Amino acid sequence: MRPSSRRRLRTTLVDLLVWVILIAMLVPALWLVFTSVRNPVEVNAKPPVWIPRELTLDGFKPLFGQSTGATGAIPFDRYFLNSVVVALSSTCIAVALGTLAGYVFARYRFRGKNMLFLGIMLSRAVPGISLSLPLFVLFARLSQSGPIKLIDSPLGLIIVYVAVNVPFTIWLMDGFFREIPAELSEAAQLDGCSEWQTFTRINLPLALPGLAASAIFAFLAAWNEFQIASVLTRTVNSKTAPVGLFDFTGQFTIDWRGMAAMATVMMIPAVAFVLVVQRNLVRGLTFGAVK
Amino acid sequence: MIKPSLVFDEGGQRLAMAQLTQASALTERLSPTRRAKASRFVVAMLAPSVVIVIFVVAFPLIYSLYLSFTSFTLLRPVAAWNDFANYRRLLQDPIFGQAFINTLLFMFVTINAAFLMGLFLSQAIARTIRGQSVLRTMLMVPMMFAPVMIGFQFRWFFNDQVGLVNNVLTSLGVLNGSIPWLVDRWLAMFSIGVATVWMNTPVVAIILLAGTLSISPELYEAADVDGANDWQKFRLITYPLLGPFITIGLTILSLDVARGFDIVSIMTGGGPAHRTELLWTYVPRVAIQDSRFALGAAMSFVTVIVTISFTVYLFRQLLKSRIL
Repeated sequence: MRPSSRRRLRTTLVDLLVWVILIAMLVPALWLVFTSVRNPVEVNAKPPVWIPRELTLDGFKPLFGQSTGATGAIPFDRYFLNSVVVALSSTCIAVALGTLAGYVFARYRFRGKNMLFLGIMLSRAVPGISLSLPLFVLFARLSQSGPIKLIDSPLGLIIVYVAVNVPFTIWLMDGFFREIPAELSEAAQLDGCSEWQTFTRINLPLALPGLAASAIFAFLAAWNEFQIASVLTRTVNSKTAPVGLFDFTGQFTIDWRGMAAMATVMMIPAVAFVLVVQRNLVRGLTFGAVK
Repeated sequence: MIKPSLVFDEGGQRLAMAQLTQASALTERLSPTRRAKASRFVVAMLAPSVVIVIFVVAFPLIYSLYLSFTSFTLLRPVAAWNDFANYRRLLQDPIFGQAFINTLLFMFVTINAAFLMGLFLSQAIARTIRGQSVLRTMLMVPMMFAPVMIGFQFRWFFNDQVGLVNNVLTSLGVLNGSIPWLVDRWLAMFSIGVATVWMNTPVVAIILLAGTLSISPELYEAADVDGANDWQKFRLITYPLLGPFITIGLTILSLDVARGFDIVSIMTGGGPAHRTELLWTYVPRVAIQDSRFALGAAMSFVTVIVTISFTVYLFRQLLKSRIL
């Protein structure tokens, strides 16, 4: 074989391998969606049924107030609403705060800057389990002594998710602001803009793609968070969708189809969010952190 | 106190000046009042983030450090000082030791596996011409999954009775009987590892892909002229230039893997019989189920130190590579 054709063969093989790996990576996602519309007989069938033979939406019934043989109706609307409220408001606040701080980290020099940056980033590395237990005790005390209820309330979760998402937002926004030429800010200041005006009029509009990327990350993290929510929520007043998935587990059995149906619905906002801001996501992750 | 570092001493003046001219020139040419305003601006912009991180992360950590030296429990919430009793008990606890080693091993293996997988995918996708954007979108799918759901999904895949893995192996005729994926210690660790790697590969792959695509094609053309083969091009051009991207990828990985509690707790919950116990599953077991909150607090503190030291190392590297 001539070298060039051998090379072409190898390239084709690598391409094929990539497609195989990526399709294999899709299997869990596809399987989830398929399971949600299957006939219950197919769910655990041997040998496995890959593509559902007949479609049924019965699996979605418990989400909309009807019971099936496997599961009674679950308060999905409440869970979904809690998730939306908590994820959206914590995302907005975290992105706002993180943008302010990220701008300062990108543009100003001050004493202790590196230490502060490292400290804030490390707060994200703290495992949820080490946070949720003391937070539970502290929040319970605050709820006892004051009028603010933080246990089993969306407010408590929002506060926690803001703190959890701020560090990463700072990191991403810091990178995006570094991408904007500092000369623009200098010129604005020479023309008499204050520090705040330089930020809002010159830098902020240019960093909007970065805001989008940060927002996805914060949203996905809050939308999918389970560990802290499982400790801080008790009832339908504050339970979010990931915690609600456990309504499909019994003591010995799991209603796989019902769970898959709920997870499929949960994925819709996440998918929409990611597809909309996909390109900025890649830019945000890389330029953000390198420059 | 945070303020712009514009105060330089006599000896270090020149050096400080040199650094300042390199950095963004936003503040140095300003009058003293303007500088005071700038420093107030810095404090005001940072304050909200710093306050909320202190309130939700730092304060609870310090509180749990304090509780770890007491005999506090959820049923008897009295914080009576008992010195290092919890830490002594923790050192004598064989299950804790096992969980500690399991955690280190688990983090080391999954971080490396996800990294290598991401590196391979990024290199392979970077050279495909047709369908690159389709591949990239496919790559993002695992990112949209809730980790809880990944846990449930893979728990079902690896179920020894009805799971897809055994089911497929049986129908292919490879397997007779069933493999106890989530029961045997090493098989269970492997299964959890697969789920974790599946969840964490995409981010690394995407970062490394972006890094690879940002490398100037002229470098590769020059290498072609010199007759370099693919491996040489990767080792001598791609890999060195990917340096900062690799550090970012590993940093994000270490942050995410260390927060992978959901998957483990759902797939095995640390069981059966503590075989797959990681610090993340053992801490709540001790603190809540055994209602020994203070002992759990001591263990969770050790957990924090383990996971943070992984991240500190990588972050140091990252800080070195940026212009501050």
